[in-house]
Formats: sequence, C-alpha cells, structure tokens
Amino acid sequence: MSTETAEVKEEVKKPSEALFSKRRKRIVSDPLNEDNPITVQVLGICSALAITIKMEPTLVMSIAVIAVIVFSNLIISLIRGLIPGRVRIIVQLAIIATLVTLVSEVLKAYYFDMYKVLGAFVGLIITNCIVMGRLEAFAMANKPYDSILDGLGSGFGYAWIILVVAFFRELFGSGSIMNFKIFEAIGWESFPTNGLMVDSIGAFMVLGILIWVQRSRTGYVEH
Amino acid sequence: MDIFNIALKATFIDNMVFAYFLGMCSFLAVSKKVSTAFGLGMAVIFVLTITVPVNWLLQEYVLKEGALAWLGSDFATVDLTFLQFIMFIAVIASMVQLVEMVIEKFSPSLYGSLGIFLPLIAVNCAILGASLFMVQRDYTIGQATAYGFGSGIGWFLAIIALAAIREKLKYSSVPDGLKGLGITMLITGLMGLAFKSFIGIAL
Repeated sequence: MSTETAEVKEEVKKPSEALFSKRRKRIVSDPLNEDNPITVQVLGICSALAITIKMEPTLVMSIAVIAVIVFSNLIISLIRGLIPGRVRIIVQLAIIATLVTLVSEVLKAYYFDMYKVLGAFVGLIITNCIVMGRLEAFAMANKPYDSILDGLGSGFGYAWIILVVAFFRELFGSGSIMNFKIFEAIGWESFPTNGLMVDSIGAFMVLGILIWVQRSRTGYVEH
Repeated sequence: MDIFNIALKATFIDNMVFAYFLGMCSFLAVSKKVSTAFGLGMAVIFVLTITVPVNWLLQEYVLKEGALAWLGSDFATVDLTFLQFIMFIAVIASMVQLVEMVIEKFSPSLYGSLGIFLPLIAVNCAILGASLFMVQRDYTIGQATAYGFGSGIGWFLAIIALAAIREKLKYSSVPDGLKGLGITMLITGLMGLAFKSFIGIAL
C-alpha cells in the first residue's frame, strides 16, 4: 500500500508527465463506469430525465453539457489561484451561466428547431449539479489539462447514460430510433407504443432499472 | 380564480418533480428523513415565492426587448434577453443569501433548522426552472407569484411523501444493486403515476 502511494506521488512530481499517462487515462475512464456521475454519484438527474423522450434532443443536450463542463473546468482551473474561497460559488455560477448563454445563443442561431424543443432545459444546465460538482471537487485543485480530461470523462459518463435512457424511451414510447420508425421498417406496423414511456414515469423506471444493472455489474452498494 | 387555478395546476398537475424532473438532486439527496425534508421543503416554498415575482419584474423592466423604454426613447429597442440566465441565477443566489440573513436575524430557531439547507437551494434547478417557465408562459405578476408558490407547495408535498416512504423502506430487504438511488427512482416513478390522476382537474 505504502509503496503504491509513493509511486503515485513520484509520478505527479515529474515535470514532464506523458500526455496520456495511466493516471490521466483513469481520470477519463473512471466517470464512465465505476464513478459515473448519474448512476453512482447521483448528480445531474434533472436534465437527465427531462429531455430524454427522443434521442436527437438528447444528443444535442449531451454535446452542450460536455462543452459546458469541459470549458468551465478549464476556465476555473486557470483562475483557481485568484478566486477567494468565500465567493467561489458565485464566481463558478457566473462562469457556468456565461458558457450556457453562449451554448444557448449558438443553438438559437444555427439549430432553432432544436432550441425550441429543448426550451428552458438549456438554461437549466446552469444548475446541473455535475458541472458545479466537478468545478468544486476537481477544477479548484488541479491543473488545466487534467481538468479538461476530467470534464471530458464526466461529460461522456453523463452522455452515455442519458443516451441509453433516451434509446429505450424512444424505442418503446414512439417505436423509433433517431426519428427512424424502426418497427415499421421491419414490417411490424402495429407495434404497440407505450404512452408511459413518453411520460415522465417511463424515465424514472428506465433510469431506476439502468442504475440497478450498472450497480450490479460494478458491485457498488449504497448504504 | 385564474390565479388559484394556476397555483393548483402548478402544485398537482405540472408538479415540478413528477412532470418536469426539476430539483431532483436535492429531492433524492435530502429525502432520507421526514424532518429534514420538511425543512428543505419549507425553504424551497419560501425562496420560490420570492424569486419568481422578482425575476418577473427583472424580465419585464430590464431584460425583455423594449423593456428599457422607461429609461427614455433611446433605450426602446434594446434587447437584453441574452443576459437572462446570468441575471436570474444572480437574483436567486443573492435572494437565498438575503433570506438566510433575514431568517438568522429574526428567527434564530428557524435558522437553526433550515440553516444548512439554504445554500443548497441556490443550485436547486426547481428555482431556476420556475423562473424560466414563467417567462415562457407569459404570466402576469399575480400569476407568476401564484405559479411560484404553487410549484413550491408541489415540491414540498413530493419530498415529504418520498421521505415518509423511504423511512419505512429501511425495514424492507431490497436487492443490493437497487439499494438507495435505484429503488428511490422506481418509487418516484410510481408516485408520479399517482400524481397523473390529477390531470384534468381545474376550477
């Protein structure tokens, strides 16, 4: 145990660490599975459920969240020495809100249909706890490059979960995948779509079961 | 009547948690005991009832296109809508701070029971969500206040109910992987199903 920690310290001290060292790979890969922001850390549930009726808006939302996490992590990490501890929450909120405003304006300009679908939920990325959580837990204490990797890891960890939820909700709720009517294509015209899946209840159920599967696989037990 | 209707709708039919998934983080994290859930729920009602009308004023007299006309004709075409998110979140964060200070000054006992939850509320998406929905739906100030209050009550009822169920749940044997978050999600789904029965109620 002690030799292991000593090794890790040595690795951190090295001035020229490899661009994709083992430690850095772990920063990216941990949140994808064992330390997933949604299923294990219980963060960012709100938007995880609200926009997952169809896969297309979910994909756009994932990209938006990944962009916001990565850039806010980078910015906070760059100025982490300048932020007084007492006002850090306001500073973090201001940076996140600025980035979300940018994302929202970009969507409004180039992808207006999607902007109307997502509506208020783009704004709600501000209060997505994953973003705040990563800033508070990682970016405030780590170097910019590591913070970017951490943002990517958490962002993709969030993205794959909501995409899986959206996949099942769209499949059973509307009988399609990415707006492609899959059941009609294979000749099953009368596929019974389930109204509950389109509704919020379906999201709770799908995510509940997904968490069960994921946690049984990784062996994580909450007490 | 219209105002009462909006409050009723926001409480039961368009419930923040079950219909829009807002405020889920603290809903899941702070619903282990009824007493703490009660404290947080009260704080959310309080902050929502204040911030939604304040943000309405801000939207109406500062942010909306042409809202600055009262400053003079030069400002009649200014559109500050892009500042909406930052302004709203700043109002919420400062309101929470203000409420915290006022409660601490006038009612130390209430502060003692709410104290730790107040800072949590600033990042509760139900608060920001209510303000954003209020803008989307073009409410008047009376309607906005009713909407804020109703949403708060709805959130309060939801978290109290979930906390009561989770307290009982401690004595049942749940599969390992489903413990904690998993079973809570499934219960929330079932509660949402129950809340669906309110659809169509109007006065």
